[in-house]
Amino acid sequence: MSALLEVDNLRVTFTSHKETVQAVRGVSFAMGREKLGIVGESGSGKSVTCRALLGLVRAPGRVRYDGLRFDGEDLHPADQRRMQAIRGRRIAMVMQDPKYSLNPVMTVGRQIAEAYRIHARATPQEARQRTLEMLTAVRIRQPERVYDTYPHEVSGGMGQRIMIAMMLIPGPDLLIADEPTSALDVTVRLQLLAIMDDLVQARGMGLIFISHDLNLVASFCDRIIIMYAGRIMETCRAGDLHRASHPYTRGLLNCLPQIDQPDTYLPVLERDPAWRDEAP
Amino acid sequence: MTATPATRPQRGSLARCRAWLLSAAPQSRRQARLGRAYLAWRHFAENRLAVVGLGIIVLLVAVAALAPILAPYSPNAPALTQRLLAPGPAHWLGTDELGRDILSRIIFGARLTLYVVALVAVIAAPVGLLIGTIAGYAGGFLDTLLMRITDIFLAFPKLILALAFVSALGPGIENAIIAIAVTAWPPYARIARAETITIRNTEFIKAARLQGAGPVRLVWGHVMPLCLSSLIVRVTLDMAGIILTAAGLGFLGLGAQPPLPEWGAMISSGRKFMLDQWWVAAMPGVAIFIVSLGFNLLGDGLRDVLDPKAEER
Amino acid sequence: MIQVANLQVVFGRGRRANPALRGISFAVAAGEVYGIVGESGSGKSTVLNVLSGLWRHWSGQVSIDDRPMAGRRDRAFHKEVQMVFQDPYGSLHPRHTVDRILSEPVAIHRLGQSQARVLRALEEVGLDSAFRFRYPHQLSGGQRQRVAVARALILEPRILLLDEPTSALDVSVQAEVLNLLTRLQRERRLTYILVSHDLAVVAHMCRRLAVMRRGVIVEELTVEHLRQRRPRHPYTRQLISASIGYDRQAAEAQAEIDAEGEGD
Repeated sequence: MSALLEVDNLRVTFTSHKETVQAVRGVSFAMGREKLGIVGESGSGKSVTCRALLGLVRAPGRVRYDGLRFDGEDLHPADQRRMQAIRGRRIAMVMQDPKYSLNPVMTVGRQIAEAYRIHARATPQEARQRTLEMLTAVRIRQPERVYDTYPHEVSGGMGQRIMIAMMLIPGPDLLIADEPTSALDVTVRLQLLAIMDDLVQARGMGLIFISHDLNLVASFCDRIIIMYAGRIMETCRAGDLHRASHPYTRGLLNCLPQIDQPDTYLPVLERDPAWRDEAP
Repeated sequence: MTATPATRPQRGSLARCRAWLLSAAPQSRRQARLGRAYLAWRHFAENRLAVVGLGIIVLLVAVAALAPILAPYSPNAPALTQRLLAPGPAHWLGTDELGRDILSRIIFGARLTLYVVALVAVIAAPVGLLIGTIAGYAGGFLDTLLMRITDIFLAFPKLILALAFVSALGPGIENAIIAIAVTAWPPYARIARAETITIRNTEFIKAARLQGAGPVRLVWGHVMPLCLSSLIVRVTLDMAGIILTAAGLGFLGLGAQPPLPEWGAMISSGRKFMLDQWWVAAMPGVAIFIVSLGFNLLGDGLRDVLDPKAEER
Repeated sequence: MIQVANLQVVFGRGRRANPALRGISFAVAAGEVYGIVGESGSGKSTVLNVLSGLWRHWSGQVSIDDRPMAGRRDRAFHKEVQMVFQDPYGSLHPRHTVDRILSEPVAIHRLGQSQARVLRALEEVGLDSAFRFRYPHQLSGGQRQRVAVARALILEPRILLLDEPTSALDVSVQAEVLNLLTRLQRERRLTYILVSHDLAVVAHMCRRLAVMRRGVIVEELTVEHLRQRRPRHPYTRQLISASIGYDRQAAEAQAEIDAEGEGD
């Protein structure tokens, strides 16, 4: 499989007048058109990594990398316009809470249609048609009715589907989803994952799925990257997660309460300061 | 520099003092509070203009406190031979129509200005805070009642309402203060109420209620401290307006009565000589301008430090 | 210890009335850890709000320690029943030091020996006394939740209501807080009601649990039944499969159940 995205030695630092924080300390990975999960606890740098890929890290944050290839094309940090073009059309992102990503005073249909008209010079009728198709693609049963609702009138799961529909408009090759299901109920979560699963397969997209939930990622993704303190601790196939070797991964797995394990106390994760510095 | 060795130990104790203030594990309530205050001060001091504003206010307080020492002449004793002298070496800012030194009058006038500002703040801010937090916390009928009263006060233009009060109570600086205070509290009540309503539903208030805390403890110990910062900012920013209202009342002859050297009254008496002896009206005007500016700069700086919304960043 | 019978709560009134609890009943024995699982809108948190006295408009019978509860609670009640909230960032007053947060309940109930009690409470939740004069913003999420637990326990209550106590925490911190709660429960013979959306957390902590959905308890079962995958209600089965991980078929099956449910 040819690599869709290759990242070499990505570093992100945030400098305030008091101190410099290294949020990402040299992350390298390559992915094809697959479902890649990035797992880590808060502060592990998993979200910052993806924000950096999308160019969403603002000052005082600073992004550096030795190499970034997207679909066979080298992206140089100097070539800002090329970066913007690729980020706008070929990489899309879904955030944790759709409430903050949608304009509250515009119906959802109009928002998607406008996004479409920005990308393709289409008539309003065409845009509406495409929007209804997209809403159907994310399994919304009555797209006409949803078209005319406002963001506050839809549930969390529906809002997240609408966000995905909106992100799919330009036909991206890579979808980055940052904790897209964390704010949702467990049963709604599964349906949303099924939708994303279908879209990735039907359109041959790549998906980066960021989550703190090891079990979920292990059952949903093809491959998993485990991050801690801005570094990659371990990369493994999802099916092999339970044979993972790194003590951090093992610790994370062990401290999860399990329905089937009647333990009184959970094993506590001991962090080794060396993980922060050792070469991945 | 020969003095360097002598200052070094002092540096050391300063650094120790700073480390003590910034300690992540304070040993006492006092240290925790002082450490927080020190951080706020450092943040405040980064804003140069705010420090200038603070400097102006400190200067005003110093001038008011040391007025008898600083003033070269008596503020009230007329010297009819010296009438309407232009600014010069003897009278830096000139003299007025009764031959009184304008600099001395402005210096003594600082006391009146400070008096007005301090009393209005002391009366209006607590009243507004109390009414606002009670209305916001209690809700229901009490909220409606208190807020409609606030609305009635807000519906009148400030100066007109103050004029009405002064004409009812009679002219004089105390009555002017009462009148300004009466017109100043409603915006504070509004701010305090809005803050209280957002605070009321937070989990830490629920937690305190579950501990058995009564409404007085909740409002006094939990809600008010959080309303206080935005109120302090607002009061500081309003100070300029209060000074101007007091000067306006003085100008109309309804505030401080002659011969008190109130700045507004001084402008009022100077307007007769505006064209030929400009300094009589202009000098107190400049004083009002500088002090108002000082309060505004200070208020802006305080907003950056105290406003809880700004703190999040 | 705790009996709830036919508890009903309606939010709003008139045409916009929205029943949050439609008559639920359960009983918790002294020293038991009882779990309530449900998704958002199931009414699980409303149950705790009624029990704790935060929400006063309800009907039905609630009795704690064989004393029937009315809407308003007295101070003695608050000494017996305490609560830990979900959000460790929102449940501590931002301008109060840990010391003040912990000594306030002591002052309200006039227990005396404030200093000694605060130090002991910190020690019990595994916080160093160096934390005593810190402000909440100087603490991590796990440390804050420990302070919240210490605040609830400083009154030495016998019942602790836990409203999603670990859902805002990282899994490794969650394990530490759950261990702390387990240890305290055993040492002090406390009665817990633990509300969570996370079936695994409830299964880990509780012997018995209730599954709630749309204001009713659809099923009450023991952890053994849960482990043997013998729930009676299809919704419970759904929750179990959803909490194990992503499963294509479960997602499909569920979409169908939900489609039927939309007619409600």
